[in-house]
Amino acid sequence: MSEITHYSQVWAHRTPRKRLFMWIGWLGLVALFVWCWQMMTRDTIWIFVADAPRQAADIGNRMMPPRWSYLPELWGPLWDTINIATLGTIGGVLMAVPVAFLAARNTTPSLHILRPVALFVIVASRSINSLIWALLLVAIIGPGLLAGIVAIALRSIGFVGKLLYEAIEETDLRQIEAIEATGASGSQVLSYGIVPQVMPAFWGISVFRWDINIRESTILGLVGAGGIGLKLQASLNTLAWSQVTVILLLILATVVLSEWVSSRMRHAII
Amino acid sequence: MTTPAYPTTWRRPPQIVKDRRWRVALQIGIAVYLVLAIGTVEVNWSRVYEGLERGQRFIMGFLQPDFTSRWKDIGKGLSESLTMTLTSTVIGVIISVPIGIGAARNLAPRGVYYFCRGIIAVSRSLQEIIIAIFLVAMFGFGPFAGFLTLSFATIGFIAKLLADDIEEIDPTQVEAIRATGGSWGQLVNYAVQPQVMPRLIGLSLYRLDINFRESAVIGIVGAGGIGATLNTAIDRYEYDSAGAILLIIIGLVMVAEYGSSYLRKFLQ
Amino acid sequence: MLTLEGLSKTYKTGETALSDVTLEVPKGQIMGLIGPSGAGKSTLIRCINRLVEPTSGKVMLGDLDLVRLGKRDLRRQRRRIGMIFQEYSLVERLTVMENVLSGRLGYVPFWRSFLRKFPGADIQRAYQLLDRVGLIDHADKRADALSGGQRQRVGIARALAQDPELLLVDEPTASLDPKTSRQIMRLLTEICAERGLPAIVNIHDVPLAQQFMQRIVGLRAGRVVFDGPPGELTEAALTTIYGEEDWNAMRQGDEEQAEAEADARARIAALA
Repeated sequence: MSEITHYSQVWAHRTPRKRLFMWIGWLGLVALFVWCWQMMTRDTIWIFVADAPRQAADIGNRMMPPRWSYLPELWGPLWDTINIATLGTIGGVLMAVPVAFLAARNTTPSLHILRPVALFVIVASRSINSLIWALLLVAIIGPGLLAGIVAIALRSIGFVGKLLYEAIEETDLRQIEAIEATGASGSQVLSYGIVPQVMPAFWGISVFRWDINIRESTILGLVGAGGIGLKLQASLNTLAWSQVTVILLLILATVVLSEWVSSRMRHAII
Repeated sequence: MTTPAYPTTWRRPPQIVKDRRWRVALQIGIAVYLVLAIGTVEVNWSRVYEGLERGQRFIMGFLQPDFTSRWKDIGKGLSESLTMTLTSTVIGVIISVPIGIGAARNLAPRGVYYFCRGIIAVSRSLQEIIIAIFLVAMFGFGPFAGFLTLSFATIGFIAKLLADDIEEIDPTQVEAIRATGGSWGQLVNYAVQPQVMPRLIGLSLYRLDINFRESAVIGIVGAGGIGATLNTAIDRYEYDSAGAILLIIIGLVMVAEYGSSYLRKFLQ
Repeated sequence: MLTLEGLSKTYKTGETALSDVTLEVPKGQIMGLIGPSGAGKSTLIRCINRLVEPTSGKVMLGDLDLVRLGKRDLRRQRRRIGMIFQEYSLVERLTVMENVLSGRLGYVPFWRSFLRKFPGADIQRAYQLLDRVGLIDHADKRADALSGGQRQRVGIARALAQDPELLLVDEPTASLDPKTSRQIMRLLTEICAERGLPAIVNIHDVPLAQQFMQRIVGLRAGRVVFDGPPGELTEAALTTIYGEEDWNAMRQGDEEQAEAEADARARIAALA
């Protein structure tokens, strides 16, 4: 047995230096977490937190049983919600298409001016939630469906624009080159070489976004932008928890249904 | 020899709906829907016209943001948002790991599997804002409710993707470890963890980014963070401060996106 | 008639793909271009219709120097040059008919092409060409539903729809099986003979080139090292072109192709 002593008895799959870095990284994360936790809970009133289970039980009791007689009042707002999502998606897609072509490296007319602008539009639209857009728009153009539609449209630009411009950049160059070789003009290369290639992606993305928009438009009413969220807000304000249950169940059913529809449609397209 | 006469017209055949009647019906249906839907949009044009001026002020506010006059509120909201984001992501990920393993069909027994998948389904189907409403009602206003909301949402997101990942791991590696006579714990440690760890880190960073964006929203219903500050600014028609807040959010999201993609490359 | 004078191309990476190529292709001649990977075959063919911009030299099509043309004039002249690629350069999601009609793009205004309202004569001609290549029953199929050989036939019909005065053919058989390759080459040579069309065929398969070409030009490292009828392509000549290695084995890894594509990509960025 003594012959093999020249083999090390310690085995590690990382170098000591790397392990040191890892440990420092984890330690830093823990320290950061503790510090953040203390910052965050500085103003927390722990009595309220301790009281939470009782509150939860109380709300739970009030929510049950659901007040089903409230349901007929909800069909109108639900129809509004679907319209907000659909019209908003259409508007968003119409605005996203030119933005995507400006942002794609291979189709943008100016790499140093318009492309960064288009990319900024996409980032700005993506980082701001539709509820915040709605908040702004309600303040600007007043409460109602229009604010909701515009909010959904503005939020959709970034999502659709990003995915679409990535699809445009991934087009097969050989097909485009072949169209160019025929003496086609720039716009013809676009319509024969690039557009057919991104069409399936375009429909897939649009339907996918519509599905997300249905989900998002259900809550826009919380800030006054129309739809079933208005009813939710009203019921919350009057502490009518049994109505809240009905609304939430209806939202859940709508979301599940829209997911089913969108997956069916995407199958049909691709 | 006669040259055959070739047609001089050609129409592109329909690609998706092949039957003409269905196509017409579909087109009519879409037209009718659009008319009905646009009909339901009641627009108060005088109100919109009034709003144009406000819209202009908002755009000016966006172009000339005012960071200073409300800086105290912005700073407080921002620090709440950021701390909320980090703590909720950490806690959410820590809780997601056991739930994710439990929700993987190839590792967990039947009962545990359904239980964990149930938790994931509930967390995913409820939107953050609705969860926030309930948690604010239970825990009172402030970032603590926001922290709980984001943690809960993180669980649904990470655990689902983690479970799907684990279900897709290479079964031969699992078998190899099983064959050495390892226990269940060793199995997870040696066969599963190395395969899903890089993805888990990537997902956590991605979720950090999402949580920050969401933290800007849930403040609207009283769950603390920058969203509350933004809500106040808009309520007071202080568009220059609102513009500043939005620019900060956009900037931070951009930083988070670039930072996380860099960090992911570094950790691979 | 096509004349190349002192044609050179140096890529941005500093690599010289073509140096001082001078060639003359008379009317009706089918010329095969052979050479190892990276010899500059792809680049040469793409420099003629300026899918790749030559660094220096002249490309004379008739009396016109294509290298000096502006964008708009270049497009007009490209109509005179039909190009056939490997079979995958059909627009896959368009129908066969649209692919053939896309050969007319240089002749019709944008709105016509956009609405697919091509002139009757163009459509008639497209049908006639599809009949010639044996695909008239497939006009309404989508291009991605066709087999490799059928796609290549559509590619030929598209190039002919341009009423070209010259055909550029880039590796027409690169991904076809030997039997289909032969059929495609036979069709190409027949069509060129019918119309008195000159063609430059970039081909990696030496036996195929010897069988179908009237003249063979060998490129090595961007220079013409052989020019003569297939009969003169002896073992010694092939060694000059391909070097000591087994010249039949050089089929894979066409780096030059990739480079030409990267260059075209950079140029398309400037377009549109």
